[in-house]
Amino acid sequence: MAAGISRRGLLTGGAAVAGGAAMTVLATAAARDAGPAGGVATAGQSVPAASRTSGGSGTSGPSGGSGASGPSGASGASDVSASAVEPFHGPHQAGVATTPQAHAVFVAFDLRPGTGKEAVVRLMRLLTDDARRLTQGRPALADTEPELAVAPARLTVTFGFGPGLFAAAKTKSPLAPLPSFTTDKLDKRWSGGDLLVQICADDPITVAHALRMIVKDARSFTRVRWSQRGFRRSAHAQAPGATQRNLMGQLDGTVNPTDLDRAVWITDGPEGLRGGTTLVLRRIRMNLETWDAADRVAREFTIGRRLDTGAPLTGRAEHDEPDFARLNRLGFPVISEYAHIRRARTEDPGLRILRRPYNYDEGVTEAGTSDSGLIFASYQADIGRQFVPVQRRLSEGDLLNEWVTTIGSAVFAVPPGCGPDGWIGDRLL
Amino acid sequence: MFSRHVLAFGCLLALTACGAQPTSTSAAGDAPAQTTAPAQVTAPAGAGLSITDPWVKTTEKGMTAAFGVLVNDSDAAVTVVSAASPLSPTIELHEVVESGGKMVMRAKEGGFVVPAHGTHPLEPGGDHIMLMGVTEQVKPGARIPFTITVKDGQPLEFTAVGKDFAGGKEDYQPGMDH
Repeated sequence: MAAGISRRGLLTGGAAVAGGAAMTVLATAAARDAGPAGGVATAGQSVPAASRTSGGSGTSGPSGGSGASGPSGASGASDVSASAVEPFHGPHQAGVATTPQAHAVFVAFDLRPGTGKEAVVRLMRLLTDDARRLTQGRPALADTEPELAVAPARLTVTFGFGPGLFAAAKTKSPLAPLPSFTTDKLDKRWSGGDLLVQICADDPITVAHALRMIVKDARSFTRVRWSQRGFRRSAHAQAPGATQRNLMGQLDGTVNPTDLDRAVWITDGPEGLRGGTTLVLRRIRMNLETWDAADRVAREFTIGRRLDTGAPLTGRAEHDEPDFARLNRLGFPVISEYAHIRRARTEDPGLRILRRPYNYDEGVTEAGTSDSGLIFASYQADIGRQFVPVQRRLSEGDLLNEWVTTIGSAVFAVPPGCGPDGWIGDRLL
Repeated sequence: MFSRHVLAFGCLLALTACGAQPTSTSAAGDAPAQTTAPAQVTAPAGAGLSITDPWVKTTEKGMTAAFGVLVNDSDAAVTVVSAASPLSPTIELHEVVESGGKMVMRAKEGGFVVPAHGTHPLEPGGDHIMLMGVTEQVKPGARIPFTITVKDGQPLEFTAVGKDFAGGKEDYQPGMDH
């Protein structure tokens, strides 16, 4: 029967069959057999995201945020969130375990030729001082717009060192380049960088001001290589820590590690990196035009989760464990062999990557096509052990590859935090 | 804009947009008592005088200026009479005043008076420490030692950090990029 053919097609052809009619048949069967959660979802079932999050545990975001963002669950008054402060000093840099803020800019700098260690130290002292003040709602030194600094809105400024910075400082780099993945179509414009600054806040003006200050202090030493702006739901639009939705409509970031000391923070190796982490930053373009052509059943089949609740196709709530062994009545896995969540799955929670993604949505073309996607920020203690195996599985076969393409990629070592008299990287350089 | 020509004369500190409207203690931060301030920015002096957030505008050479917030914790006013730094043999205490509709810079007669339990901001567009004949480049992030001499008291030593800053130009030539 047709199902047999299509199954073989799925298993051997991987992503190539996604969107095909045969798959839709399978997926419909899968959805019907998935349990009492409601059968085949239809596009008509639209419930406001904010009210839906109450069904799940709502705490999938990384733990360890300061909780300074106001009364939990309450729609905090704007003055409360504007004045909310994330701590700057500590064993880890803020902006990793911090509950993701609504707005972000990632900016990568390249050191100017001839910039050596002495200059890098001066640079990092300056930028650390800016971050220390701005995140606490104080103007930077020589801040020409001090009034823009008074609403920190949970501002965090996080620094990452690329391979080029270590080379300039004549310090051994802890970073290895990523292997090439067959699905990547990397553009230099979005890749690499000697120094990364990640600026996140719940207010876009705060982000703009911090970026302006950082760039002004960095440009004697550097050239800007690229900058990428991203956003999530604004602070008042959903409960703090609720899983964000990407522009394909999916809940994105459901499975994150909970034990960050195992999965994220570096605990061995060179002393200067302990308490730090690594960042893999990928720019993932979404082809929303062809995604539009995929019906709801195909979309859910592709991911292995329901679009509305984010529940695995074998479960009822977002944080239910997927049952990868469950078969439908036809004998096929309810969650496809090539479903995104199966391919991305890391069984050992201690090896899971911490995803802290932001959406991007740049200008539309004259023809009305979008330039949309995800700024995929992945933090992990060990890129080779944690990120690479997942990405390899995804590139080898993930139904989602039909609609997403990685167009930028960069790796950074994120030094540990510092104390009131220190600067980011002081134990490393 | 007020005249650039006036500001180009001699050691006048040309001022950009903010020059005509100094903004309180803005440039140096308005929280001198913050304990999170880096250690090097506040140095106690015998007379209860300290400086918060000292910084000096970067320069290749020639003229530049230093800023910060003078803080007097004592019961009596403190008068700053001079400043010194290895950076420059000629350092003056300057003020910016209006003269004939133009903002001009000149040596401040009698020095800077910091009131008892008060502050005195040194900022672009206002009072500042003027350095002339700087022969060594002041790089961003450089740590420049200064000594301030006060009337009837112990001198105050501190380290100012070099910061790139578009305003407070010391050598203004029309058409110059930076």
